Amino acid sequence: MGVVQTKEARPAVPRGSGPWRRLFSREGPTAVVLLLPSLIVVFGIIIYPLLKTLYTSFFAVDSAFPGHYPFVGLGNYAHVLRTGEFWDAVGHTAYFTVLTTFLEVFFGLLIGLLLNTDLKGRWLFRSIVILPWALPTIVNGAMWRWIFNADYGALNALLTQLHIISHYKAWLGDPWTALNMVAVADIWKNTPLAAFFILAALQTIPGDLYEAARVDGAGRLRSFFSITLPLLMPTIVIILVLRTMEAFKVFDIIYVMTGGGPANGTETVAYYTYVEAFSNQLFGEGAALAYIIAIFILFFAIIYMRMLQRGEVEY
Amino acid sequence: MGYRVFIHAAAVVVAVTVLAPFAWLLISSIAAPADLLSRPLHWIPAHPSLSRYENVLFNPQNGSAATFRAGMRNSAIVAASSVAISLGVGIFGAYAFARLRFRFRRAILLLFLSTYMLPPIALVISLYLTMARLHLLDTRLGLILVYCSFITPFVLWIMSGYFQSIPRELEDAARIDGCTRIGALFRVILPLARSGILATALFGFLLAWDEFLYALIFTSSLNSKTIPVAIAEFTGRHTVNFGMQATGGILASLPPLAIAFVFQRYLVGGLASGAVKG
Repeated sequence: MGVVQTKEARPAVPRGSGPWRRLFSREGPTAVVLLLPSLIVVFGIIIYPLLKTLYTSFFAVDSAFPGHYPFVGLGNYAHVLRTGEFWDAVGHTAYFTVLTTFLEVFFGLLIGLLLNTDLKGRWLFRSIVILPWALPTIVNGAMWRWIFNADYGALNALLTQLHIISHYKAWLGDPWTALNMVAVADIWKNTPLAAFFILAALQTIPGDLYEAARVDGAGRLRSFFSITLPLLMPTIVIILVLRTMEAFKVFDIIYVMTGGGPANGTETVAYYTYVEAFSNQLFGEGAALAYIIAIFILFFAIIYMRMLQRGEVEY
Repeated sequence: MGYRVFIHAAAVVVAVTVLAPFAWLLISSIAAPADLLSRPLHWIPAHPSLSRYENVLFNPQNGSAATFRAGMRNSAIVAASSVAISLGVGIFGAYAFARLRFRFRRAILLLFLSTYMLPPIALVISLYLTMARLHLLDTRLGLILVYCSFITPFVLWIMSGYFQSIPRELEDAARIDGCTRIGALFRVILPLARSGILATALFGFLLAWDEFLYALIFTSSLNSKTIPVAIAEFTGRHTVNFGMQATGGILASLPPLAIAFVFQRYLVGGLASGAVKG
């Protein structure tokens, strides 16, 4: 019986009388019970530490002076923003973020298109392409560090054996090259994710669009630019935003490949924060730095969620 | 015709670019040190041997080997436990977001989503100070709790999208047959969501297995040091002993690579639809 009735069987949400009735609609109590465990986790280990970091950022918490933490207001922020090393780190982070995000989307697009063709052995190709993404970041960093090794590295060996270079180069030895080499390792690892996002989007494009374009006499290139690319745009923008957030907080690959060196040339904002807070034990200043990063990332998170909302029906 | 040749050639180029570093990692783990340190470099080892794997897996004397072993064990325990807790907690919250109408639903959902995107560095300082006070530094329990801070929001996010994809009618039918909402959740929705739960669990496991910053700061001994920390320390200390580093790296990569290889369609499909549709 009654499947037809379902719509009518759900009575309208009753108009609330007291404030609590308005706060929680008819389903409110059930929702509270179901949400309570998540709320405890989110408030206990995310919101509370986040607020405590904010609090810490207003004090000069320095392990050199235990028990004496004077209130400095925005002093930590002001100090950080006046430090040259911070702005250098911002520069490295911005360069790294733009370079890796752009190239990951670019190569991801090419590989995504390739994965979507009627390639022979497509299953195997797809399985191969995903592998770098699954490789733990630290293993990836350690692997590339060895490949770029100045004395025994595979890159030097390969390039000299192919007579492309005549002398072994210290790839991680000068700041500018090192930053680009870290970017190479990051691009190698993260391109697959972009490729698979784009593949997923490509598979939702109906084939008759291309059919119609062909009837109208459009070539492959023409249909790519007038059909595929516009329809991929939302996905591409989402990858750009997600990757930007990830790249901006990059830490582990830097730690294992260069340790921020040489001459702080690969120090990113997250790495600089780590050094200030945990090597130099300046927790107050570290907290201020952490907040600067968090605010920046939250800005991108808001953009991202705005975009999700636009695409939604249900919410 | 030319087009087909072109796409196959392109696929070969991509496959080689992807596989070459892996191949070198694998070769380095079985090559003799002399082969790795020779000039010109010997690409194919003269005397391949699995002795390093034997060393890492079984040798009780070797300090680095013991660290790798402990790291694998700690990583497995921490990742599995934090995923189990996060799923237990997050599934119900995700269901509430997907199906129930309540005040501030949208605001709370956005709050949860934005916490997933927070940089760990924003939490790590005060978590460190708190854990030091609670004597949870260098314990697996401490690390498990901290890992819930990024896996629980992830579960909420992905699972609420997944629950929305399950037709409402199935649940309504069960409720007309006398199930309560919670009863319908357990009897109808959760069994239907099995594959989504599995994908979420696997992905959460990968996230935890890969995590580095928290583990670096909160762990210091074999009690709790995870495998990424063990590898990073080894890499910093023994740059030239790449054979051992490669062996540890291969072993550390086996669980995530196996998961990605077997469940690739499923993982990436779920992730992509989750990230694009929310």
